[in-house]
Amino acid sequence: MRRTTPKIAGTALVLAIGLVLTGCSSKETPSDDGSPSDGGTSAAAADLSIQPLVQIDDKGGEVPAADTSNAADPAGDGTAKCDPVSIAMAGALTGPNAALGINILNGAKLAVDAHNAANADCQVTVKEFDTEGDPQKATQVAPSIVSDSSVIGLLGPAFSGETKAVGPVFSQAGLLSLTASATNPDLTTNGWTNFFRGLANDAVQGPSVAAYMVNTLKFAKVCVVQDDSDYGVGLAEQITSGLGDAADSACAAKVKTGDKDFSATVQIIKGESPDAVFYAGYYAEGAPFAAQLKEGGVTAAFVSADGTNDPEFVKQAGAAAKDAYLSCPCGPAPDTFASDYTAKFNVAPGVYSVEAYDLATIMLKGIDSGVKDRAGLIDFVKNYDGDGLARHYQWDATGELASALIWIYQVK
Amino acid sequence: MSAVMTVGTTLASGVISFDLGSLGRNFWALTIDGLTYGSIYALVAVGYTLVYGVLRLINFAHSEIFMLGMFGQYATLMLLGFTPSGNAYQEGTVMTVVYLLIAMIGGMIVAGGSAVGLERVAYRPLRKRGAPSLVFLITAIGASFIIQEFVHFVLPKLTGGKLGGVNAQQPIRLVEAQVQFSIFGADVTNVEIIIVLAAILLAVATERFISITKFGRGIRAVAQDPVTATLMGVSRERVIMLTFLIGGVLAGAAALLYTLRVPSGIIYSGGFILGIKAFSAAVLGGIGNLRGALLGGLLLGVMELYGQALFGTEWRDVVAFVVLILVLMIRPTGILGESLGRARA
Repeated sequence: MRRTTPKIAGTALVLAIGLVLTGCSSKETPSDDGSPSDGGTSAAAADLSIQPLVQIDDKGGEVPAADTSNAADPAGDGTAKCDPVSIAMAGALTGPNAALGINILNGAKLAVDAHNAANADCQVTVKEFDTEGDPQKATQVAPSIVSDSSVIGLLGPAFSGETKAVGPVFSQAGLLSLTASATNPDLTTNGWTNFFRGLANDAVQGPSVAAYMVNTLKFAKVCVVQDDSDYGVGLAEQITSGLGDAADSACAAKVKTGDKDFSATVQIIKGESPDAVFYAGYYAEGAPFAAQLKEGGVTAAFVSADGTNDPEFVKQAGAAAKDAYLSCPCGPAPDTFASDYTAKFNVAPGVYSVEAYDLATIMLKGIDSGVKDRAGLIDFVKNYDGDGLARHYQWDATGELASALIWIYQVK
Repeated sequence: MSAVMTVGTTLASGVISFDLGSLGRNFWALTIDGLTYGSIYALVAVGYTLVYGVLRLINFAHSEIFMLGMFGQYATLMLLGFTPSGNAYQEGTVMTVVYLLIAMIGGMIVAGGSAVGLERVAYRPLRKRGAPSLVFLITAIGASFIIQEFVHFVLPKLTGGKLGGVNAQQPIRLVEAQVQFSIFGADVTNVEIIIVLAAILLAVATERFISITKFGRGIRAVAQDPVTATLMGVSRERVIMLTFLIGGVLAGAAALLYTLRVPSGIIYSGGFILGIKAFSAAVLGGIGNLRGALLGGLLLGVMELYGQALFGTEWRDVVAFVVLILVLMIRPTGILGESLGRARA
């Protein structure tokens, strides 16, 4: 052992020499440009956040925000009586896209806790089922939700891919599946009578955002980039057809979930110099993509949808996120909701928190009204007609909202 | 024959696009980006190739050593007082270089240390018991998962949520990419120059180290013939440790260079794909061959991006592996094909 030390020291020395050489070489580079960059053009990026801009319809025109004064209150009148039952929440609680799942879970918890605090004789529990947002994991988790007899309703699944994979399981079990975030249009065409969507789908989001880009923002050339998820593929299709001639097929690109490096895509887009880049995918890839576009010298506006509409996008993309347009079928959080949420969970509400709160409230209303089983809760939701914090909730026969609108947000 | 033609027509009619124009227009830009990534692959590939040369072991946990290196340099920057922020820090050239060097050393210590630790904890006990090589392989894959899940679930608890966890680390940007000059209309940024130069210097230093020093001779001797080397007085265990150390240290350096380019890539799963690419680069150049690893890395980096321009951006990994398979069909031992033991200065 005694002789090991000098040998390692020798190794370290050689490596140190390598390092010093490295240092010398890298010194040359920034010195060429060091001084001009010190001027500092990028304003306080640390303060950037996603701000609601405008609510739009499918023509891209502005629609005033909903009135929340009549929104359903989970607390009710405080006299509800029920046997102990639970509602399940299924979505990504760990994994790279967990932030969305946690937003949903917290929103639901806020509603359930308010309900339980007000109604001593009706205690409802939330059971969490982590799918990691992965269809494969979701198929492993789904049977345990179905076989839990205390669960009479499900909030979720959260993502479109996993919903597609496990939808038949819940449909066969006759378990209400009320999603606060899965926006793939095909999900309501499977004949699942237990499936309801608490927000607009991509078939609404795509054309509305495309119309907004063309009619309001006046973009004439847009590169549509999609990831390989069901969500990204469906959305990109809608956006591309909605954009019509403005969609430039020469720079339409596809990326993969888990990618962190987008060199080729950035170069191809740069070569086309578009007015805007639309990214159909989630923030885990969207954030480095936006950053690399800026670094690569692409000046086009960055437009994306609900998958990237998350504070993590701004955190990771940094100054490159500035001015990005992010659409979302999700509504902005009203002030009192936001302050209650922040007080309880120590973070600001995120995307779908409001929807999760509204949808959990609807299920709680059902339980309070005397619903005891899965079939009863499906019936209750089918006939529901009332206001929530985000919008008016009433479903058509397929499980889509009767009136579905989109919000545009911007990073400022 | 007709089946081949049918496949050909199907492909031609739009299943796979073949866009020569896109490749032509972006050729130089893609080459520069490809060399940048290629040099990172090359540095990581050295770790695979050295360990293979000495132990005939494919250390699949090496991608996680790289990932730990990313966290190591990030933690070093945090210790230096940097906090994650949306903006790039403006520290002036000299201080930026100093901070980058300290961060690189931090990454090297963490990666090198964990590589040696991994060898001690996971591989040495197996070697003492004379386990078959399949067991080593499974252990390597297992170690890879353990390290990933450690960073995913345990590290955030240990650091109060500052490191690790579900999301990528919020970037600490020390260098802002700025265009320095253009080659044939393709912009070259300071970040790209730093990455390529640093990688080349480290690679050359490693190559020299293996070729001329006593330690390097030891490594080559063990790679060539472990029994004779031991009889000649070379300590095999020490050589193995040194091999893991060099591989880890280079992975740590590569980690810093990678985060210069992809600041938001610091995540528990962030080493996996890059590790597989680096491993392929090592095989492409000739596994067990140091120069092969370097050549393979650069080639793979460039081929991938050309392939993306030609066939569409989603074909990156497919192109990388098709190239690999084609090369191996013609030259089963890789492009340079020589083993580490026979490589001469």
